[in-house]
Order: sequence, then structure tokens, then C-alpha cells
Amino acid sequence: MIEFKLPSLGADMDEGKLIAWKVKPGDQVKRGDIFAVVETPKAAVDVEIWQDGVVHELITQPGETIPVGTVMARLAAAGEAPAAAPAPRPAPAVAPAAAPVAAPAGVPTRHPVSPAARKHARELGVDVEQLPGSGPHGAVTVEDVEQAAKAVPPKKVAPPPSDKTLAMRKAIAAAMSRSKREIPHYYLSQTVPMQHAVNWLTAYNEKRPVTERVLMGALQLKAVALALRDFPDLNGFWNNDAFEPAKGIHVGVAISLRQGGLIAPAIHDVAELPLDELMKALADLVRRARAGSLRSSEMSDPTITVTNLGDQGVDEVFPIIYPPQVAIVGFGRLAPRPWAQDGMIGAVPAVVASLGGDHRASDGHRGARFLAAVAALLQEPEKLA
Amino acid sequence: MNAEEIRKVVLAELRRIAPEVEDVQPTKPLRDQVDLDSMDWLNFLVALNERLKIEIPEADYRKLGTLEQIVDYLSANAR
Repeated sequence: MIEFKLPSLGADMDEGKLIAWKVKPGDQVKRGDIFAVVETPKAAVDVEIWQDGVVHELITQPGETIPVGTVMARLAAAGEAPAAAPAPRPAPAVAPAAAPVAAPAGVPTRHPVSPAARKHARELGVDVEQLPGSGPHGAVTVEDVEQAAKAVPPKKVAPPPSDKTLAMRKAIAAAMSRSKREIPHYYLSQTVPMQHAVNWLTAYNEKRPVTERVLMGALQLKAVALALRDFPDLNGFWNNDAFEPAKGIHVGVAISLRQGGLIAPAIHDVAELPLDELMKALADLVRRARAGSLRSSEMSDPTITVTNLGDQGVDEVFPIIYPPQVAIVGFGRLAPRPWAQDGMIGAVPAVVASLGGDHRASDGHRGARFLAAVAALLQEPEKLA
Repeated sequence: MNAEEIRKVVLAELRRIAPEVEDVQPTKPLRDQVDLDSMDWLNFLVALNERLKIEIPEADYRKLGTLEQIVDYLSANAR
């Protein structure tokens, strides 16, 4: 029998609240299937199953908050004879405050929504994620949207409940305090001329419709991921007094949330992704992070983080490592800067790339070579496509 | 679609991306008033493209500094 335990979805998560099961006893599941929706301090996360099997018993009740590592469900492994069906588990003696299956305020309930209904909802200013659906499988239909539009005047998104914001701050506080307490950071930075990258990306985007354009941020992510191939000591985790190199290069992207706080989920195997696909993955990740709809593997898998604060106008970032990772890369503002070449000073578009490194896992010498490799890759943008 | 209708669409799409936005001064740089990063800006243009069927080349971004300029640009390019 396989025990399905609540996974840790980041250093800042001690517990999670089960919002809903996405399976029922008897269901056949495959590795990677969405198994449950769990609310963490930062987001409602689609938790994936990591083994094939048949669902035998769901132990945790929706609405329950449980510590990381708690057995939530049992599955029969492929080929294993299913045990007798367990007796239904009584509801917890102390009922949670909300109705067990109701999602907490602010957390999307995620009914299926037809594209037509979604489009219509957008036009009418209706928040489709909050609507109960009357269609098949609870799908939200065009009629549901119209009813909702009639029933209440379009409402602006309410500010999140303050306990949500507090939980987010607490999670960030825990992770960043641990980082500053445990990780001896070293910081390095390098100004990277970006004229080639700007010219190349301008030409690349020129003939593309707006839906297919690529942002400089995607190019920078690709450069970081490719450079990491030669610097495995910056890509991994510090656990139990030792460095564990990561198997893949899964880049966590720091995404600020409008209601405050931030989240840094991973894009998997960034070095292998063509630039177009990387841009699509980035846009999708940002959209879902802000909608509170991430997958557990995205939360648990980052092997390094990239933070880009250039849009906010800062010249340079002094980034703080997200434990147990051992490095974080920051990018500042892309802007014209004085640059000396061939004895002449001119203005070229440039960006300051910075590295926060864990001195237990690597030294400044390696970090400096890594930043130089990132800078070199950005001089040949065509190779990043 | 006239300029006033376009303005409504622009503001609606802007508020979908930045729900906290209330008043936008039409002649003040938009990105000084609204917290939009590169991804927000791209999503904003994608949404305008979907709603209004107007393609905005990247080279024209510099013409879209204020709400007024955006409405003027879209009005001039609307079919």
C-alpha cells in the first residue's frame, strides 16, 4: 500500500489545508495526476501524485489543516490486490469553521468554464472563478454568467482577507529569516552590455504578433539555465550539512503578487526549452501564480531562483537565497549606461546581473565565473533561441 | 467603435490586470500611475488585441505612454 503524504511545497511551509480531493476511492491514477488541492500560506496548490496506483482510502477531510508529512490517503500500487474497502471515516469531531468542501474566501474553486462563458464573463465584468456552475460536471455556462451579471453589479476584486496577507508575510518571514540565519551569503555583480541582445530580440519580435512576443526576462532565464550546465555547484540544495546537486535545472521565478508578497515557482528543465516555449511557460506561470493556481511540483522543485526587479527601476538586486537552494540570480534595470570600448566611452543598453551565493556550497571564484558565463551567453542571443 | 468605447475597453482591461487602479489621469505616463511590469504590459496589449483586433507592433510601444495616447493610437488604427 502506498502512503500519500502531504509534501513540503517550500521551505516556508509547515502545514497545509486540504481544500478538495480531485480523486475518489477506486480511481486509477498516474504519476503527475492532480490528486488534491491544498492551500498553503502562499497559494492554493494542485498537488500531484508521484506514483501510479489505485486510490484506496482518502483519510484527510476537506477543510482539515494538517502538518507536512501527514498521511492523507492510501493507494494500492499497480498489481497490488486492493484491500477491503475501509469503513467510511467519521467527520472530525470538531467541524472546521467553514463548510468542509467550500473553498476559503479568495481561493478560486475552479469549476470547468467554457471558453464562451469565460469570454462573456470578461465582457460583463463577472468573476467566473467564483461562480457555481450549472452545466455538466459543474461547468460554468454562458447562462450562469448572464445570471450572475444580472444578480449583482460587477464588483471589483475585493482586497484579500487580512489573515491571508498575514499568512503570506509569515511564510516569507520564516524562509528569509532562515536564509539570513543559516546561509553565509556572498554577493557578486557584473554589468552586462545588452546591445546585441536588444537588437536581436527587437528583430525577433518585429514580425511576431503580440501574442508571440518574447520578453527580455525570458532570454535572461535561458542564459542563466544554460550557464548552470557548467556550474552544477550553484544548482541544487544544502541539506544536512552537505550540498546535493540537483538532477535538472528547474529555475524558480520570483513573481510579485498584486495583493502583496511573492512566490517563486519553478519552470522545469529551462535549459532544454526553446525560447518560444520558455516564454509561453513564463507567461503561463505568472498568470497562474497570480490566480493562485500552481502545481505542487512547481512549488517544490526550484533548484535556483531568478529575480528580476528591473521593471521597478532598480539598478541592481542583492538577492536573498531561498533555502535550501544555494544560489539566486538578480537582474536590474535594462537601461543605457556609459560603456568603454576601444578607448572610447559610449552609451550602451546594459543590465547589472547579480548573484547571491551560499558560501558553504560554492566560493566567490566560481560565482564570478558563473556570472561571466551568463554575460557571455547574453552576447550571443541567437544561441539562446 | 468610437474613442469613448475604446477608452472603456482600455480601462476595463487595465483594471483586469491591475484591479487596484481607480482613476487614471489621461495625460500622465501610465506606468507612473499603475504598477505594470513587462509581463503585465504584454498581457495588457494581448488583451487589447483580442478585444479590438488591433495589432500593435513592438516598435509602436513608445507611442503608448499615456491613456490618451493609447486611446488615440487605437482609435486611429481601428477599422
